[in-house]
Amino acid sequence: MTQTHRLAQGGRIDRSRTLSFTFDGRRYEGHPGDTLASALLASGERLVGRSFKHHRPRGIVTAGPEEPCALVELRSGARREPNTRATVAEIYDGLEATSQNRWPSLAFDVSAINQLVGRFLPAGFYYKTFMWPASFWEKVYEPIIRRAAGLGRAAMAPDPDEYESMHAHCDVLVVGSGAAGLAAARAAGAAGARVIVADQDFELGGGLLLEPEQEPWRQGMLAALSGMPEVRLLPRTTVFGFYEHDVLGAVERVADHLPVPPEHGVRQRVWTIRARQTVLATGSTERPIAFPNNDRPGVMLASAAMTYVRRFGARPGERAVFFANNDIAYDAAFALHHAGVSVAAIIDVRKKDSKRAAAAADRGIAVKLGSVISDVKGGRNVHGVSFRTANGSVERVLDADLLCVSGGWNPAVHLQSHTRARPIWNNDLAAFLPGKPVQAERSAGSAAGVFGIAHCATDGAKAGREAAAALGFRDGAAFELPAPDAEVDPRVKPFWEVKAKGKAFVDLQNDVTADDIRLAHREGYTHIEHAKRYTTHSMATDQGRFSGILGTAVLAEARGETIETVGVPTFRPYVTPVTWGAMAGRHAGHHLQPVRRSPLHPWHVRNHGIFLETGLWMRPLYYSATRETGWDPILKEARAVRQAVGICDVSTLGKIDIQGRDAGILLDRLYTNTFSTLAVGKARYGLMLREDGIMFDDGTTSRLSEHRYLMTTTTAKAAEVLAHMEFYHQTVWPELDVRYCTVTDQWAQMSVAGPKTRLALQGCVEGLDLSNEAFPFMGVCDATVAGCPVRLYRVSFSGEMAYEVATPAGYGERVWEAILAAGRPHGILPYGLEALGLLRIEKGHVAGPELNGQTTARDLGFEKMLKKKGDYVGRVNAERPALVAPDRPRLVGIRAVDPSFEKRLRGGAHIVDRPDSKASLGWATSITRSVELERWLGLAMIRNGPERIGQRLYATYPLKNEVVEIEVCSPHHVDPENLRVRA
Amino acid sequence: MHRIDCPWCGVRDEAEFSYRGDATVKRPPADGGAEGFYAYVYDRTNPKGWHVEWWHHVAGCRQFLKVVRHTVTHEIRSVAKATDEVAAPPA
Amino acid sequence: MSRYSVFRLFREGLRNQTGWTRAWRAPEPKPAYDVIIIGGGGHGLASAYYLAREQGITNVAVLERGQIGLGNVGRNTTIVRSNYLFPENNLFYEKSLQLWEGLEQDLNFNVMMSQRGVINLYHSDSQRDAYARRGNSMRLNGIDAELLDRDQVRALVPVLDFDNARFPIHGGLIQRRGGTARHDAVAWGLARGADRLGVDIIQNCEVTGIRRDGGRVVGVETTRGYIAAPKIGIAVAGHTSQVAAMAGIRLPIESHVLQAFVSEAVKPVLDHVVTFGAGHFYISQSDKGGLVFGGGLDGYNSFAQRGTLPEAEHVINEGVALMPLLSRLRVLRQWAGVMDMTFDGTPLICKTPVQGLYINGGWCYGGFKAVPGSGWCFAHTVAKDEPHPFNAAMTIERFRDGAMVDEKGAGPFPWLQ
Repeated sequence: MTQTHRLAQGGRIDRSRTLSFTFDGRRYEGHPGDTLASALLASGERLVGRSFKHHRPRGIVTAGPEEPCALVELRSGARREPNTRATVAEIYDGLEATSQNRWPSLAFDVSAINQLVGRFLPAGFYYKTFMWPASFWEKVYEPIIRRAAGLGRAAMAPDPDEYESMHAHCDVLVVGSGAAGLAAARAAGAAGARVIVADQDFELGGGLLLEPEQEPWRQGMLAALSGMPEVRLLPRTTVFGFYEHDVLGAVERVADHLPVPPEHGVRQRVWTIRARQTVLATGSTERPIAFPNNDRPGVMLASAAMTYVRRFGARPGERAVFFANNDIAYDAAFALHHAGVSVAAIIDVRKKDSKRAAAAADRGIAVKLGSVISDVKGGRNVHGVSFRTANGSVERVLDADLLCVSGGWNPAVHLQSHTRARPIWNNDLAAFLPGKPVQAERSAGSAAGVFGIAHCATDGAKAGREAAAALGFRDGAAFELPAPDAEVDPRVKPFWEVKAKGKAFVDLQNDVTADDIRLAHREGYTHIEHAKRYTTHSMATDQGRFSGILGTAVLAEARGETIETVGVPTFRPYVTPVTWGAMAGRHAGHHLQPVRRSPLHPWHVRNHGIFLETGLWMRPLYYSATRETGWDPILKEARAVRQAVGICDVSTLGKIDIQGRDAGILLDRLYTNTFSTLAVGKARYGLMLREDGIMFDDGTTSRLSEHRYLMTTTTAKAAEVLAHMEFYHQTVWPELDVRYCTVTDQWAQMSVAGPKTRLALQGCVEGLDLSNEAFPFMGVCDATVAGCPVRLYRVSFSGEMAYEVATPAGYGERVWEAILAAGRPHGILPYGLEALGLLRIEKGHVAGPELNGQTTARDLGFEKMLKKKGDYVGRVNAERPALVAPDRPRLVGIRAVDPSFEKRLRGGAHIVDRPDSKASLGWATSITRSVELERWLGLAMIRNGPERIGQRLYATYPLKNEVVEIEVCSPHHVDPENLRVRA
Repeated sequence: MHRIDCPWCGVRDEAEFSYRGDATVKRPPADGGAEGFYAYVYDRTNPKGWHVEWWHHVAGCRQFLKVVRHTVTHEIRSVAKATDEVAAPPA
Repeated sequence: MSRYSVFRLFREGLRNQTGWTRAWRAPEPKPAYDVIIIGGGGHGLASAYYLAREQGITNVAVLERGQIGLGNVGRNTTIVRSNYLFPENNLFYEKSLQLWEGLEQDLNFNVMMSQRGVINLYHSDSQRDAYARRGNSMRLNGIDAELLDRDQVRALVPVLDFDNARFPIHGGLIQRRGGTARHDAVAWGLARGADRLGVDIIQNCEVTGIRRDGGRVVGVETTRGYIAAPKIGIAVAGHTSQVAAMAGIRLPIESHVLQAFVSEAVKPVLDHVVTFGAGHFYISQSDKGGLVFGGGLDGYNSFAQRGTLPEAEHVINEGVALMPLLSRLRVLRQWAGVMDMTFDGTPLICKTPVQGLYINGGWCYGGFKAVPGSGWCFAHTVAKDEPHPFNAAMTIERFRDGAMVDEKGAGPFPWLQ
């Protein structure tokens, strides 16, 4: 396609290079500096999409990110990006764009048939129907509605691009780089402040980019700012949210203007900016007027038409008509005229002759005062407009292929509104202006209702100076401001809607008409938030930035109240929608959470450990060179422990070093049992409760010296236990003389267990008599292994004779391998989490599934560990009546009656007294295949559990339609007298 | 994103801290009885306004801090050590 | 106010929609009512509706300080389900789900209830077992639940990350009757339904005091004058502590901020509600195409209804980890509500020590799905001055008794519930 509508000269595009791109499969050309929208317009393309509900043809209505209509799918394959605004997308060579929400094609969209029944589909129609027959909503209506929903299509493959996040601190953040923003930045920078300037555009300058005679000033300012080391310029960066404590979020489109990001580069970057002061120089956006068929391709904002001409050298039409209620729109008409576009007329709502009408007449442009556009001719393309006097009935038609509309200007107050500042209505501009700041910010330029480049620059410089001064910086060197231009009167005659036959749209993407707003009011949805939700006005991708105020105006008229009273729907982040990937940053895929590895991790990897990824730790479940699955490798490891000796990495258990004169007292108050009386060189199993009396954690704590203990916790609760200790010591018993810190990562710890453990360890432990007499159960001793210092704790989780060997983390692998070598003649095997679990379940030790935050010490059979004398955390609340009720589920063992492997018991099964009973008596907490008893068995919480020992009950698992007969027994399936651990 | 002026570490971002709720509730002495211990765990004013609360500097000095913060504006009025007495904030 | 139907739509289409009238009246408050419900959100409106419909009490006023339906009922992520563990909860939520299933017929208002299935993903054997305990409990109580393995989940939701995840998906617990509903619609439908039965919905009426005579309530002070009533129900989740304090009642509740989000609308990519098991994240796709999602609390007492950027990043991060194709879509809007968090995650629907005063609050994450069930049970409780068996456990006293209903086992820390 040739660039039929490219102006011979002018614009900021680089005509020396030509880029080629496709839209709906057709090839077009453009230049660097073009957006997709400008390049399409330059080739005479106007039809770019279809509206959401009625599938009406849609064109390009703005030249900025508030664009509600020209949304396309950009790129293809894994990089496809739906709902991309053509007005912002910079073209590159080879760009692919596709129109959305139409089938089979943009020109002939079958769903446009919706328009024929449009009158029966007003706002909220779906609340009043689709209810009969009852089953049809889900089976018939909803699937149809869902298929029609949405605009673009997501990519169906993982995103190949990368993102990152940055944190920045600055003294002054300037949002916007127009005349006000550049002046604010320079003033603040000159005063010595650290400044960040962010602008969503790829070129800095804002409105200056439309004024060729301001180019020298713009370039001078940018050169000066670039030369200031404490000033950072961020183009292509949208500040999307203003959060509390003066944090702002911004997203930088680092590589969206390139086919693919550079190697090792990111596509987008999110900035979290802490700005001590912010200057909102966000400008203002023009707003339309509602009139019949104001949605046709070829109808656009007057400033957009001017932008395409002045900035992009593209002619959005051949013959234009303007419709306006203000003087500024005349500048746009004159710009088009100057560029050779025929401007047939300016239809001006105002009755009084403004000075501009004369300037128009000089250019041969007719001005029709006191007149309104009453209709637009053309479906997929405007070809004419009709107009009349405001209250007249005689309509005249003008040939035109471009209708440029200006209803006035809305200062961009969105960011300020995020801070809960309330915008203030201004009658002269008929717009909301920024209100009294709540956070450390001020607005400048047209964002503050100041118009004209020179005025904006002055206003911006003042804002920059004041922002810096508020932080204690003194004014810096003055700089030149732009020459004052011809005075422009920004006042408008408020005008929102032409009442005439036909659909007048107040939200172009969601097809909401002025009549829809009136209907909402009629039905009582008359608060702006109700009207918005009922009609979906302002809920499209532009979130009301384009024409939100029109809905308010229509509603205000229906209510007989002012726009100020009615208000606009709350502005919330994100000012322009932000990519999910950018917000996720580097934490994609495996980087969602950090990984914690035991000091022995490299050994596990080399020796075919199969890892569990749950929580942050990587822990070997079992070892298998062939990566076999199922129970065999686990049973093999567990058998080795029961019959010979095994070694397991338990480094992940929490370890806390506690020192001080009152260490024992603190432990007495945290544990349900007593530790101040524990002998030096001994370990003791302890229980901790939460203050509400529920079991919190268990562990083994050893006394290393008179004033030193080493506490262990479960892996999962290590951090919480330390915090718990800190809370109680610091806030309840600060008088206790005690210090503590975590040493979890400092120690490698391995459990060596099995009847041959002593034999194995005697082969490698030096300096210690390992006989039962010298080193009984629950003792703690220091020794050496392979020249490394170790501490042995004679504790057992598995129920076999066992020692936990702890060594400083760096020596872990050396000690582990020494024990393995010494154990080899005795058949030692490494065992993982699964075997560890199997063994402890057989033994009847409680763990996570029993300590689930809902059970008490009594529930788990630990009444005897609740000391009678002395206070401890949870003591009183544990006695609450419902927590000591006799019929609470309590811990017992259960065993399958039928020993076959196929009749599985499963954790999570409920216990019932008859196979068909629905009355749950409890549930199975931990189940394993047993190596000692060769059947399924485990632990369960059952009402009156201990009294039921010997009874036959059933484990029912309705999720798999399984019922298995069980026998209730002691939880200690293996060695209930503890002979093995004391051997 | 609160900034908390830790008495030991200086001004730090909220991300370094962990929250532990109302700091005006006092654990009763050992003989405080069922009602006292119930109140310690469950009874809360839940003010819409100034709140005295615990923030635990987990990524720093590991101390619990008594912070007076407004639950609507999120302004922080004062930060004190756990053992300091904090004046009741205005209603 | 007449019935909604396709015929009416057709007729009004021919008449340019001029025949539609207010969905609910805007009456002046009377000096006295039989029951006052404080709070015009989902629970307050549902309570009034069921008082009229089920309990035959129509001389009821709903007093809403602002506009109905703009609090948490208008801000939530619209998930409806009854997949709870304890019978104290699952029977209640199941009652609510059954009411949801008939609600649009009942209200003559399409609440767009979509029972597309709620899948709770699990990522380890122990998590599977915990979910199985819950699913088996549901089945024993007559509620639908199925345990899916990895391949079955993949067949339903192929867009999840099965290949490169930090916490691989092992399977899921699905409640097929769970799903979503349109939150505004249920508030409006209940308002219209209650209004048609004679309930007065009074907006812009803030309760500033509760008047008592001895140990019983007699009325409320409001910004529109004093209104007498022998029975007053508080349904103002977010501000339950504040309103209860007007009657001298202290509660085990803390108010916290919860963020919610929606993406730009895209063609269908997700047909179920999915919750992530290795974090706190839940997502569904609305009928308009936007992906509605959320995560956990920001984590400190707040009435600000405004969340922080780092928490938003965290939630969105979990979403991308769960569904990598979200990466190139855009988040459109974020907002927040103020949540009543109790000390066990289970709500309060109960009498209070003050005669004639009842509380409905403490909803934690359970509020939206509970709207009809809560209204139904609260109406029963208020009318009969006794809880229904379905809400019998949801008392203030349960904390003194030690009868917490703590599904997660997170303990007396509201920000962890």
